[in-house]
Amino acid sequence: MTMVLHTHNVSRRFREVEALKGVSLDVASGEKVALLGHNGAGKTTLFRVILGFLRTHGGNVSIDGQSPGSRLARRDVSYLPESVAFPKMLTGREIVSFYAKLKSVDAGQVAIALEKVDLADAADRPCGGYSKGMRQRLGLAQAIVGSPKLMLLDEPTSGLDPISRQRFYTLIGEIADKGTAILLSSHGLSELELKTDRVAILRKGELVANGSLAELQRSANLPIRIRVRSNSVDVERVHMRFGGERVNGESVEFDCARPDKMDRLSAISQLGNAVSDVDISSPSLDEVYRYFSRDDAEGGDKA
Amino acid sequence: MRAILAIAQTEIRIGIRNRWVLLASIILLVFALLLALLGSAPSGATKADGLSVVVASLSTLSVYLVPLIALLLSFDAIAGEIDRGTLQLTLATPVSRGQVLFGKFCGHVAVLSMAVVFGYGIAGALVFAAGKNTGMAGIIDLIRVIVTSLALGATFVAIGYVASVSVRQTGTAAALAVAIWLFTVVLYDLALLGGLLASADGFFAKTLFPYLLLLNPADAFRVFNMAAIDAGVQAAGLAGGGNALPYLPQMAIISPFVWMAIALGLSTAILRRVQP
Repeated sequence: MTMVLHTHNVSRRFREVEALKGVSLDVASGEKVALLGHNGAGKTTLFRVILGFLRTHGGNVSIDGQSPGSRLARRDVSYLPESVAFPKMLTGREIVSFYAKLKSVDAGQVAIALEKVDLADAADRPCGGYSKGMRQRLGLAQAIVGSPKLMLLDEPTSGLDPISRQRFYTLIGEIADKGTAILLSSHGLSELELKTDRVAILRKGELVANGSLAELQRSANLPIRIRVRSNSVDVERVHMRFGGERVNGESVEFDCARPDKMDRLSAISQLGNAVSDVDISSPSLDEVYRYFSRDDAEGGDKA
Repeated sequence: MRAILAIAQTEIRIGIRNRWVLLASIILLVFALLLALLGSAPSGATKADGLSVVVASLSTLSVYLVPLIALLLSFDAIAGEIDRGTLQLTLATPVSRGQVLFGKFCGHVAVLSMAVVFGYGIAGALVFAAGKNTGMAGIIDLIRVIVTSLALGATFVAIGYVASVSVRQTGTAAALAVAIWLFTVVLYDLALLGGLLASADGFFAKTLFPYLLLLNPADAFRVFNMAAIDAGVQAAGLAGGGNALPYLPQMAIISPFVWMAIALGLSTAILRRVQP
């Protein structure tokens, strides 16, 4: 795989605050990587370092072999900031055409970009009348114009409804399929399921996780929750056997470490008629995210 | 070059669509017509070209209005884009910061030019058509005041950029722009007047004062135009000073251009250090 974005041991301070601490993150051509973290975790700072707006205080960054902020690097990168307000009196087409000219991209690409984001019909209307979702798609249209090698999308789905979000990720997938490396930041893991190839989590400027969702789930090693339905006669026996909490008078819920899952299930089956049903729930993606981004999490336990 | 043109074209488009051009043209036209109306009384009693007398008043009007319009156009150029988040988008593209500023400069000067040409042009045409004593001299005077007003305006557009790149909030940039206008157009002249009153025949009045006029682009513009309009000298408050200048008054027009170059250079240098 060709690495488009390469960051190695990047550090950046703002006076006393260490916004980035030794962050190493690569994104390959055609790869979709989600960058997660709470507000202030360092996501936007990392983007600004990659764009060359901020200098690093340590480590190095390269975009397709070029240093960040250089003319050649900027030719390869497209950016969609978290919040951007385009001039209201300009039409969608004029705005995309403006950025196409700044990127020295052929004018014919403008209509294609607008078509891709489903804005072809509204392209000649002033963008002041666009909905939030349309404005976000307009931002994406200016980012995709010119087929960049690396796209940086800062919380691109914030404020979008679930349908728009779904369409957004479909489009991102199509762009990545053509070889663009995509690094997008987001607040939550749950919306990213199956949408990205890899997830990187920043906590207080440190990269605490970097892997596929499955790897992250394994690495977090969070307990599975098992719910055993019994009856009013046997429920106490089940509770004594497995511990946990009694629920609704006939059920027992308890946590179980991932490696012990089969042993526990076999123990449950040995209870025979005392058990009428069993539910197993794996930790949710939000729980996995909370695990990696919690304040007392151990650093360096990267997936 | 394509990027500069794109930026300039966008600024012109915005200037036209948000009715900046229309509003500024109307303001200039209304004030110019008012001055034409007031100025027509004395011109009737003299042999001076009717249009030239009006142009003399227009050059004084330009000193106040053109810098104000120029600063209002430019204070938002960078601070506003930082506020709205569009500067980071622009600077993420291969365009250089110098190109961004120069493109905006071309666009804003074009917007200002439209307003000045429409406003003064229509007023001048009306005076020319209605006046009994108008000729070629008046037309040349009018063209001169329009062209030099554009030079003055372009200078203040560039000065507005210095305010805009120095702060991150649009509101602060606006306050800075108003302060610049107040200082250069009102307070500076009041201070000079105070100096003249304090030492009417001293070193200040004879040696320092003419050069202090040059130091302010607005005053230099006035010196140039007042000296150039023969018929207008009676109407000018500074006419007395023009005769005793230690330099050719025609040279005064260099001052706005020098300030324009300094302001553009300074704002580009500051913009290079701005984190969008």
